[in-house]
Amino acid sequence: MSTVREFTAPGMAARTAAILFVFVIVFTGLLSGAYQWTKPAIEASAAEEKMKLIDEVLPRSEYDNALLRDTVALPPVPELGLADPSTAYIARRAGQPVAAVFEAVATDGYAGKIRLIVAVRADGRVAGVRVTQHKETPGLGDYVEVKKDKNKARPWIAQFAGLSLADVPAREWKVRKDGGRIDYYAGATVTPRAVTKAVLKAAQWFEASRNTLFAQGDAR
Amino acid sequence: MITRDEFDTIARNGIWKQNTSIAQILGLCPLLAVTTNAVNGIMLSLATILVMALSNVAVASLRNFIPHEIRIPVFILIVAALVTVVDLLFNANLHELYLVLGIFIPLIVTNCIVLARVEAFAAKNPPLQSTLDGVFMGVGMLWTLALLGALRELLGNGTILGGIDMVFPALQPIHVLPESYPGFLLGLLPPGAFILLGCLIAWKNWMDARAAERARLKPPAPVASAGCH
Repeated sequence: MSTVREFTAPGMAARTAAILFVFVIVFTGLLSGAYQWTKPAIEASAAEEKMKLIDEVLPRSEYDNALLRDTVALPPVPELGLADPSTAYIARRAGQPVAAVFEAVATDGYAGKIRLIVAVRADGRVAGVRVTQHKETPGLGDYVEVKKDKNKARPWIAQFAGLSLADVPAREWKVRKDGGRIDYYAGATVTPRAVTKAVLKAAQWFEASRNTLFAQGDAR
Repeated sequence: MITRDEFDTIARNGIWKQNTSIAQILGLCPLLAVTTNAVNGIMLSLATILVMALSNVAVASLRNFIPHEIRIPVFILIVAALVTVVDLLFNANLHELYLVLGIFIPLIVTNCIVLARVEAFAAKNPPLQSTLDGVFMGVGMLWTLALLGALRELLGNGTILGGIDMVFPALQPIHVLPESYPGFLLGLLPPGAFILLGCLIAWKNWMDARAAERARLKPPAPVASAGCH
Protein backbone atom coordinates (compact mmCIF):
# COMPACT_ATOMS: atom_id res chain seq x y z
CA MET A 1 0.00 0.00 0.00
CA SER A 2 2.67 2.44 -0.95
CA THR A 3 0.26 4.53 -3.00
CA VAL A 4 -1.78 5.56 0.05
CA ARG A 5 0.42 8.55 0.71
CA GLU A 6 -0.36 10.04 -2.67
CA PHE A 7 -4.02 10.29 -1.86
CA THR A 8 -3.86 12.23 1.38
CA ALA A 9 -6.00 15.35 1.30
CA PRO A 10 -3.15 17.88 1.61
CA GLY A 11 -1.19 16.06 -1.05
CA MET A 12 -4.13 16.13 -3.45
CA ALA A 13 -4.79 19.77 -2.71
CA ALA A 14 -1.18 20.69 -3.34
CA ARG A 15 -1.15 18.74 -6.59
CA THR A 16 -4.39 20.36 -7.77
CA ALA A 17 -3.13 23.80 -6.84
CA ALA A 18 0.09 23.16 -8.72
CA ILE A 19 -1.84 22.12 -11.84
CA LEU A 20 -4.06 25.18 -11.66
CA PHE A 21 -0.96 27.31 -11.20
CA VAL A 22 0.64 25.83 -14.30
CA PHE A 23 -2.51 26.47 -16.36
CA VAL A 24 -2.64 30.06 -15.17
CA ILE A 25 1.04 30.64 -16.01
CA VAL A 26 0.74 29.08 -19.46
CA PHE A 27 -2.42 30.93 -20.48
CA THR A 28 -1.32 34.25 -19.01
CA GLY A 29 1.89 33.84 -20.98
CA LEU A 30 -0.13 33.12 -24.09
CA LEU A 31 -2.23 36.23 -23.52
CA SER A 32 0.67 38.58 -22.87
CA GLY A 33 2.56 37.14 -25.83
CA ALA A 34 -0.38 37.71 -28.14
CA TYR A 35 -0.87 41.20 -26.74
CA GLN A 36 2.75 42.21 -27.22
CA TRP A 37 2.89 40.69 -30.68
CA THR A 38 -0.27 42.36 -31.98
CA LYS A 39 0.19 45.72 -30.22
CA PRO A 40 2.12 47.57 -32.98
CA ALA A 41 -0.27 46.47 -35.73
CA ILE A 42 -3.35 47.34 -33.67
CA GLU A 43 -1.98 50.76 -32.77
CA ALA A 44 -1.00 51.46 -36.37
CA SER A 45 -4.45 50.68 -37.73
CA ALA A 46 -6.11 52.68 -34.95
CA ALA A 47 -3.96 55.71 -35.85
CA GLU A 48 -4.73 55.34 -39.55
CA GLU A 49 -8.44 55.34 -38.81
CA LYS A 50 -8.09 58.45 -36.68
CA MET A 51 -6.64 60.30 -39.68
CA LYS A 52 -9.62 59.25 -41.76
CA LEU A 53 -11.94 60.41 -39.01
CA ILE A 54 -10.44 63.88 -38.81
CA ASP A 55 -11.57 64.40 -42.40
CA GLU A 56 -15.11 63.59 -41.32
CA VAL A 57 -15.26 66.08 -38.45
CA LEU A 58 -13.41 68.93 -40.12
CA PRO A 59 -13.50 69.48 -43.90
CA ARG A 60 -10.06 69.80 -45.43
CA SER A 61 -11.07 73.01 -47.19
CA GLU A 62 -11.23 74.85 -43.86
CA TYR A 63 -7.53 74.74 -43.10
CA ASP A 64 -4.26 74.83 -44.98
CA ASN A 65 -1.67 73.69 -42.45
CA ALA A 66 -0.20 70.24 -41.91
CA LEU A 67 -2.76 69.41 -39.25
CA LEU A 68 -1.22 66.10 -38.27
CA ARG A 69 2.08 67.75 -37.38
CA ASP A 70 0.52 70.76 -35.65
CA THR A 71 -0.14 69.09 -32.35
CA VAL A 72 -0.51 69.94 -28.69
CA ALA A 73 0.28 67.21 -26.18
CA LEU A 74 -2.48 67.19 -23.58
CA PRO A 75 -2.05 65.85 -20.07
CA PRO A 76 -4.88 63.62 -18.79
CA VAL A 77 -7.99 65.84 -18.93
CA PRO A 78 -10.71 64.69 -16.50
CA GLU A 79 -13.24 67.12 -18.08
CA LEU A 80 -12.91 65.21 -21.35
CA GLY A 81 -13.02 61.85 -19.62
CA LEU A 82 -9.43 61.22 -20.63
CA ALA A 83 -7.40 59.33 -18.06
CA ASP A 84 -4.35 59.18 -20.31
CA PRO A 85 -2.35 61.86 -22.10
CA SER A 86 -3.70 62.61 -25.56
CA THR A 87 -3.02 64.81 -28.54
CA ALA A 88 -4.96 67.77 -29.88
CA TYR A 89 -4.55 68.81 -33.52
CA ILE A 90 -4.69 72.48 -34.41
CA ALA A 91 -6.10 73.52 -37.78
CA ARG A 92 -4.89 76.84 -39.15
CA ARG A 93 -5.58 78.92 -42.19
CA ALA A 94 -2.88 81.40 -43.22
CA GLY A 95 -1.36 80.94 -39.80
CA GLN A 96 -4.54 81.82 -37.92
CA PRO A 97 -6.07 79.03 -35.79
CA VAL A 98 -9.48 78.00 -37.17
CA ALA A 99 -10.27 74.87 -35.21
CA ALA A 100 -9.00 72.24 -32.81
CA VAL A 101 -9.54 68.50 -33.14
CA PHE A 102 -9.26 66.46 -29.97
CA GLU A 103 -10.44 63.30 -28.32
CA ALA A 104 -13.11 62.98 -25.67
CA VAL A 105 -14.56 60.01 -23.83
CA ALA A 106 -18.12 59.47 -22.65
CA THR A 107 -17.57 57.45 -19.52
CA ASP A 108 -21.23 56.66 -18.79
CA GLY A 109 -22.29 54.72 -21.89
CA TYR A 110 -24.44 51.62 -21.68
CA ALA A 111 -21.45 49.32 -22.05
CA GLY A 112 -18.20 50.98 -21.11
CA LYS A 113 -16.50 53.99 -22.57
CA ILE A 114 -17.52 55.68 -25.80
CA ARG A 115 -14.54 57.33 -27.46
CA LEU A 116 -15.21 60.42 -29.53
CA ILE A 117 -13.30 62.72 -31.79
CA VAL A 118 -14.50 66.31 -31.62
CA ALA A 119 -13.66 69.29 -33.80
CA VAL A 120 -14.48 72.75 -32.45
CA ARG A 121 -14.02 75.92 -34.47
CA ALA A 122 -12.15 78.89 -33.05
CA ASP A 123 -15.47 80.70 -32.40
CA GLY A 124 -16.66 77.84 -30.18
CA ARG A 125 -18.99 76.20 -32.70
CA VAL A 126 -18.77 72.43 -32.91
CA ALA A 127 -17.57 71.49 -36.40
CA GLY A 128 -18.24 67.79 -36.08
CA VAL A 129 -18.29 64.79 -33.77
CA ARG A 130 -17.68 61.13 -34.53
CA VAL A 131 -17.65 58.03 -32.37
CA THR A 132 -14.35 56.22 -32.77
CA GLN A 133 -14.76 53.32 -30.38
CA HIS A 134 -17.67 51.95 -28.39
CA LYS A 135 -19.18 48.76 -27.07
CA GLU A 136 -22.82 49.80 -27.22
CA THR A 137 -25.42 47.17 -28.04
CA PRO A 138 -25.38 46.31 -31.76
CA GLY A 139 -28.64 47.34 -33.40
CA LEU A 140 -29.84 49.37 -30.44
CA GLY A 141 -27.47 52.01 -29.07
CA ASP A 142 -24.86 51.84 -31.79
CA TYR A 143 -26.54 54.41 -34.05
CA VAL A 144 -24.26 57.03 -32.50
CA GLU A 145 -21.73 55.58 -34.93
CA VAL A 146 -22.49 56.98 -38.39
CA LYS A 147 -21.85 53.67 -40.13
CA LYS A 148 -24.55 51.96 -38.06
CA ASP A 149 -27.04 54.80 -38.33
CA LYS A 150 -29.99 53.96 -40.57
CA ASN A 151 -30.60 57.60 -41.36
CA LYS A 152 -27.79 58.07 -43.88
CA ALA A 153 -28.98 61.49 -45.08
CA ARG A 154 -28.81 63.05 -41.64
CA PRO A 155 -27.10 60.75 -39.14
CA TRP A 156 -27.85 61.24 -35.47
CA ILE A 157 -24.38 62.48 -34.60
CA ALA A 158 -24.60 65.24 -37.24
CA GLN A 159 -26.93 67.16 -34.92
CA PHE A 160 -23.95 68.50 -33.04
CA ALA A 161 -22.41 70.22 -36.04
CA GLY A 162 -22.90 73.97 -35.73
CA LEU A 163 -23.95 73.96 -32.08
CA SER A 164 -22.26 76.56 -29.95
CA LEU A 165 -22.49 77.45 -26.29
CA ALA A 166 -23.08 81.06 -27.34
CA ASP A 167 -26.34 80.14 -29.15
CA VAL A 168 -27.52 77.17 -27.14
CA PRO A 169 -27.31 77.32 -23.34
CA ALA A 170 -25.76 74.30 -21.60
CA ARG A 171 -29.11 73.19 -20.15
CA GLU A 172 -30.40 72.54 -23.69
CA TRP A 173 -27.45 70.29 -24.59
CA LYS A 174 -29.46 67.26 -23.54
CA VAL A 175 -31.59 64.63 -25.21
CA ARG A 176 -35.25 65.60 -25.57
CA LYS A 177 -36.27 63.16 -22.87
CA ASP A 178 -34.21 65.22 -20.40
CA GLY A 179 -35.63 68.52 -21.64
CA GLY A 180 -32.95 69.37 -24.16
CA ARG A 181 -32.96 69.76 -27.91
CA ILE A 182 -31.05 66.66 -29.02
CA ASP A 183 -33.16 64.03 -30.77
CA TYR A 184 -32.69 60.34 -30.09
CA TYR A 185 -34.25 57.08 -31.22
CA ALA A 186 -36.63 55.24 -28.90
CA GLY A 187 -35.23 52.08 -27.41
CA ALA A 188 -31.83 53.38 -26.41
CA THR A 189 -31.50 56.58 -24.41
CA VAL A 190 -28.43 55.88 -22.29
CA THR A 191 -26.05 55.94 -25.24
CA PRO A 192 -27.14 59.25 -26.87
CA ARG A 193 -27.39 60.82 -23.41
CA ALA A 194 -23.79 59.86 -22.64
CA VAL A 195 -22.54 61.12 -25.99
CA THR A 196 -24.46 64.40 -25.68
CA LYS A 197 -23.01 65.01 -22.23
CA ALA A 198 -19.50 64.32 -23.45
CA VAL A 199 -19.89 66.75 -26.38
CA LEU A 200 -21.16 69.44 -24.04
CA LYS A 201 -18.19 68.90 -21.74
CA ALA A 202 -15.86 69.03 -24.73
CA ALA A 203 -17.34 72.36 -25.86
CA GLN A 204 -17.04 73.75 -22.34
CA TRP A 205 -13.48 72.53 -21.99
CA PHE A 206 -12.64 74.16 -25.33
CA GLU A 207 -14.13 77.48 -24.18
CA ALA A 208 -11.99 77.38 -21.06
CA SER A 209 -8.74 76.33 -22.68
CA ARG A 210 -8.98 77.82 -26.18
CA ASN A 211 -6.23 80.38 -25.68
CA THR A 212 -3.66 78.07 -24.14
CA LEU A 213 -4.49 75.48 -26.80
CA PHE A 214 -3.99 77.79 -29.76
CA ALA A 215 -0.92 79.45 -28.23
CA GLN A 216 0.87 76.12 -27.92
CA GLY A 217 0.45 74.69 -31.39
CA ASP A 218 3.40 74.67 -33.70
CA ALA A 219 2.50 77.15 -36.46
CA ARG A 220 4.73 75.83 -39.19
CA MET B 1 -11.41 8.46 -35.67
CA ILE B 2 -15.10 9.11 -35.97
CA THR B 3 -17.92 6.91 -37.14
CA ARG B 4 -20.72 7.96 -39.42
CA ASP B 5 -23.20 7.47 -36.59
CA GLU B 6 -21.22 9.64 -34.21
CA PHE B 7 -21.04 12.39 -36.80
CA ASP B 8 -24.77 12.20 -37.45
CA THR B 9 -25.58 12.34 -33.75
CA ILE B 10 -23.33 15.34 -33.16
CA ALA B 11 -24.74 17.15 -36.20
CA ARG B 12 -28.36 16.40 -35.32
CA ASN B 13 -27.88 17.38 -31.68
CA GLY B 14 -26.29 20.68 -32.62
CA ILE B 15 -28.65 21.68 -35.38
CA TRP B 16 -31.96 20.50 -33.99
CA LYS B 17 -32.28 18.23 -30.99
CA GLN B 18 -30.15 20.22 -28.54
CA ASN B 19 -30.27 23.50 -30.45
CA THR B 20 -28.65 26.12 -28.21
CA SER B 21 -31.35 28.72 -28.58
CA ILE B 22 -34.60 26.74 -28.85
CA ALA B 23 -33.84 23.52 -26.94
CA GLN B 24 -31.14 24.34 -24.39
CA ILE B 25 -32.33 27.97 -24.15
CA LEU B 26 -28.79 29.13 -23.44
CA GLY B 27 -27.01 32.32 -24.38
CA LEU B 28 -30.17 34.42 -24.43
CA CYS B 29 -28.37 37.64 -23.55
CA PRO B 30 -26.41 37.94 -26.81
CA LEU B 31 -29.36 36.45 -28.65
CA LEU B 32 -31.72 39.21 -27.54
CA ALA B 33 -29.16 41.95 -27.98
CA VAL B 34 -27.98 41.06 -31.43
CA THR B 35 -30.86 39.63 -33.44
CA THR B 36 -32.34 42.96 -34.47
CA ASN B 37 -31.57 41.81 -38.00
CA ALA B 38 -30.52 38.59 -39.69
CA VAL B 39 -27.05 39.82 -40.65
CA ASN B 40 -26.11 40.60 -37.03
CA GLY B 41 -27.36 37.20 -35.94
CA ILE B 42 -25.33 35.45 -38.63
CA MET B 43 -22.21 37.43 -37.79
CA LEU B 44 -22.45 36.66 -34.08
CA SER B 45 -23.01 33.00 -34.89
CA LEU B 46 -19.99 32.87 -37.20
CA ALA B 47 -17.81 34.35 -34.48
CA THR B 48 -19.32 31.89 -31.99
CA ILE B 49 -18.64 28.91 -34.27
CA LEU B 50 -14.98 29.90 -34.40
CA VAL B 51 -14.66 30.37 -30.65
CA MET B 52 -16.63 27.22 -29.76
CA ALA B 53 -14.60 25.05 -32.13
CA LEU B 54 -11.35 26.45 -30.71
CA SER B 55 -12.33 26.22 -27.05
CA ASN B 56 -13.76 22.71 -27.50
CA VAL B 57 -10.64 21.42 -29.22
CA ALA B 58 -8.40 23.05 -26.61
CA VAL B 59 -10.32 21.60 -23.68
CA ALA B 60 -10.70 18.18 -25.32
CA SER B 61 -6.95 18.01 -25.93
CA LEU B 62 -6.12 19.02 -22.35
CA ARG B 63 -8.98 17.14 -20.68
CA ASN B 64 -6.76 14.41 -19.25
CA PHE B 65 -4.58 16.96 -17.46
CA ILE B 66 -7.43 18.84 -15.82
CA PRO B 67 -8.38 17.60 -12.32
CA HIS B 68 -12.12 17.25 -11.90
CA GLU B 69 -12.33 19.58 -8.87
CA ILE B 70 -10.83 22.61 -10.61
CA ARG B 71 -12.22 22.02 -14.10
CA ILE B 72 -14.51 25.06 -14.11
CA PRO B 73 -11.82 27.66 -13.34
CA VAL B 74 -9.51 26.00 -15.85
CA PHE B 75 -12.24 25.97 -18.52
CA ILE B 76 -12.98 29.63 -17.91
CA LEU B 77 -9.28 30.41 -18.11
CA ILE B 78 -8.94 28.56 -21.42
CA VAL B 79 -12.07 30.05 -22.98
CA ALA B 80 -11.31 33.61 -21.86
CA ALA B 81 -7.69 33.39 -23.00
CA LEU B 82 -8.66 31.96 -26.39
CA VAL B 83 -11.35 34.54 -27.02
CA THR B 84 -8.95 37.34 -26.14
CA VAL B 85 -6.21 35.94 -28.36
CA VAL B 86 -8.67 35.51 -31.25
CA ASP B 87 -9.85 39.08 -30.69
CA LEU B 88 -6.27 40.42 -30.74
CA LEU B 89 -5.19 38.40 -33.76
CA PHE B 90 -8.27 39.44 -35.73
CA ASN B 91 -7.68 43.06 -34.86
CA ALA B 92 -4.03 42.96 -35.88
CA ASN B 93 -4.08 40.75 -38.96
CA LEU B 94 -7.59 40.79 -40.43
CA HIS B 95 -8.55 44.33 -39.63
CA GLU B 96 -11.26 44.65 -42.29
CA LEU B 97 -13.00 41.53 -41.05
CA TYR B 98 -12.46 42.64 -37.47
CA LEU B 99 -14.36 45.85 -38.12
CA VAL B 100 -17.37 43.73 -39.12
CA LEU B 101 -17.06 40.80 -36.74
CA GLY B 102 -14.96 42.39 -34.01
CA ILE B 103 -17.68 43.82 -31.82
CA PHE B 104 -19.26 40.40 -31.59
CA ILE B 105 -16.18 38.57 -30.33
CA PRO B 106 -16.15 40.11 -26.83
CA LEU B 107 -19.91 39.50 -26.69
CA ILE B 108 -19.24 35.79 -26.98
CA VAL B 109 -17.49 35.72 -23.63
CA THR B 110 -20.85 36.47 -22.06
CA ASN B 111 -22.36 33.50 -23.85
CA CYS B 112 -22.69 30.65 -21.40
CA ILE B 113 -23.16 28.22 -24.28
CA VAL B 114 -19.39 28.17 -24.82
CA LEU B 115 -18.73 27.03 -21.25
CA ALA B 116 -21.74 24.72 -21.37
CA ARG B 117 -20.42 22.79 -24.38
CA VAL B 118 -16.91 22.67 -22.94
CA GLU B 119 -18.28 21.21 -19.71
CA ALA B 120 -20.93 18.94 -21.22
CA PHE B 121 -19.08 17.66 -24.25
CA ALA B 122 -15.43 18.60 -24.73
CA ALA B 123 -14.43 17.53 -21.21
CA LYS B 124 -15.54 13.98 -21.98
CA ASN B 125 -14.82 13.50 -25.67
CA PRO B 126 -11.82 13.41 -28.02
CA PRO B 127 -10.71 16.57 -29.87
CA LEU B 128 -12.20 15.76 -33.28
CA GLN B 129 -15.67 15.03 -31.95
CA SER B 130 -15.45 18.09 -29.70
CA THR B 131 -14.52 20.36 -32.60
CA LEU B 132 -17.48 19.07 -34.59
CA ASP B 133 -19.74 19.56 -31.59
CA GLY B 134 -18.61 23.18 -31.32
CA VAL B 135 -19.16 23.75 -35.03
CA PHE B 136 -22.59 22.16 -35.17
CA MET B 137 -23.80 23.84 -31.98
CA GLY B 138 -22.76 27.06 -33.69
CA VAL B 139 -24.57 26.08 -36.89
CA GLY B 140 -27.71 25.39 -34.86
CA MET B 141 -27.34 28.82 -33.31
CA LEU B 142 -26.70 30.32 -36.74
CA TRP B 143 -29.97 29.29 -38.35
CA THR B 144 -31.98 30.08 -35.25
CA LEU B 145 -30.50 33.54 -34.86
CA ALA B 146 -30.77 34.22 -38.59
CA LEU B 147 -34.44 33.22 -38.54
CA LEU B 148 -35.16 35.20 -35.40
CA GLY B 149 -33.28 38.21 -36.76
CA ALA B 150 -35.11 38.00 -40.08
CA LEU B 151 -38.50 37.84 -38.35
CA ARG B 152 -37.64 40.73 -36.05
CA GLU B 153 -36.45 43.05 -38.79
CA LEU B 154 -39.37 42.12 -41.04
CA LEU B 155 -41.74 42.99 -38.22
CA GLY B 156 -39.80 46.01 -37.02
CA ASN B 157 -38.54 47.58 -40.25
CA GLY B 158 -40.10 45.67 -43.12
CA THR B 159 -36.69 44.72 -44.51
CA ILE B 160 -34.70 41.58 -45.15
CA LEU B 161 -30.92 41.58 -44.69
CA GLY B 162 -30.77 45.01 -43.08
CA GLY B 163 -27.16 45.74 -42.20
CA ILE B 164 -25.82 43.76 -45.16
CA ASP B 165 -24.20 46.96 -46.37
CA MET B 166 -21.92 46.81 -43.32
CA VAL B 167 -20.54 43.47 -44.46
CA PHE B 168 -20.70 43.99 -48.23
CA PRO B 169 -20.83 47.74 -48.84
CA ALA B 170 -22.13 47.17 -52.39
CA LEU B 171 -25.34 45.49 -51.23
CA GLN B 172 -28.40 47.20 -49.87
CA PRO B 173 -31.13 45.88 -47.55
CA ILE B 174 -34.20 44.61 -49.40
CA HIS B 175 -37.48 46.27 -48.53
CA VAL B 176 -40.09 43.52 -48.55
CA LEU B 177 -42.89 45.64 -47.25
CA PRO B 178 -43.62 49.02 -48.86
CA GLU B 179 -41.24 51.81 -47.86
CA SER B 180 -44.15 53.48 -46.12
CA TYR B 181 -44.37 50.61 -43.62
CA PRO B 182 -44.31 52.48 -40.30
CA GLY B 183 -42.35 49.76 -38.49
CA PHE B 184 -43.48 47.83 -35.47
CA LEU B 185 -41.04 48.73 -32.72
CA LEU B 186 -41.92 45.72 -30.57
CA GLY B 187 -40.15 43.54 -33.09
CA LEU B 188 -36.85 45.30 -32.45
CA LEU B 189 -37.12 45.52 -28.67
CA PRO B 190 -36.20 42.68 -26.29
CA PRO B 191 -39.85 41.81 -25.45
CA GLY B 192 -40.49 41.19 -29.15
CA ALA B 193 -37.44 38.95 -29.24
CA PHE B 194 -38.78 36.98 -26.28
CA ILE B 195 -42.19 36.59 -27.88
CA LEU B 196 -40.77 35.43 -31.20
CA LEU B 197 -38.30 33.12 -29.47
CA GLY B 198 -41.27 31.64 -27.58
CA CYS B 199 -43.01 31.06 -30.92
CA LEU B 200 -39.91 29.33 -32.30
CA ILE B 201 -39.65 27.08 -29.24
CA ALA B 202 -43.34 26.23 -29.53
CA TRP B 203 -42.85 25.43 -33.22
CA LYS B 204 -39.91 23.12 -32.42
CA ASN B 205 -41.89 21.34 -29.71
CA TRP B 206 -44.83 20.95 -32.07
CA MET B 207 -42.56 19.49 -34.75
CA ASP B 208 -41.03 17.10 -32.22
CA ALA B 209 -44.42 16.07 -30.85
CA ARG B 210 -45.71 15.43 -34.37
CA ALA B 211 -42.65 13.36 -35.25
CA ALA B 212 -43.01 11.35 -32.04
CA GLU B 213 -46.70 10.77 -32.75
CA ARG B 214 -45.94 9.53 -36.26
CA ALA B 215 -43.20 7.25 -34.98
CA ARG B 216 -45.67 5.80 -32.48
CA LEU B 217 -48.44 5.25 -35.02
CA LYS B 218 -46.23 3.87 -37.76
CA PRO B 219 -45.49 0.16 -37.62
CA PRO B 220 -41.85 -0.41 -36.70
CA ALA B 221 -39.78 0.20 -39.78
CA PRO B 222 -37.74 -2.73 -41.06
CA VAL B 223 -34.55 -0.71 -41.05
CA ALA B 224 -33.81 1.15 -37.86
CA SER B 225 -34.66 4.67 -38.89
CA ALA B 226 -32.49 7.29 -37.29
CA GLY B 227 -34.55 10.15 -38.65
CA CYS B 228 -37.41 10.09 -36.18
CA HIS B 229 -37.07 11.87 -32.92
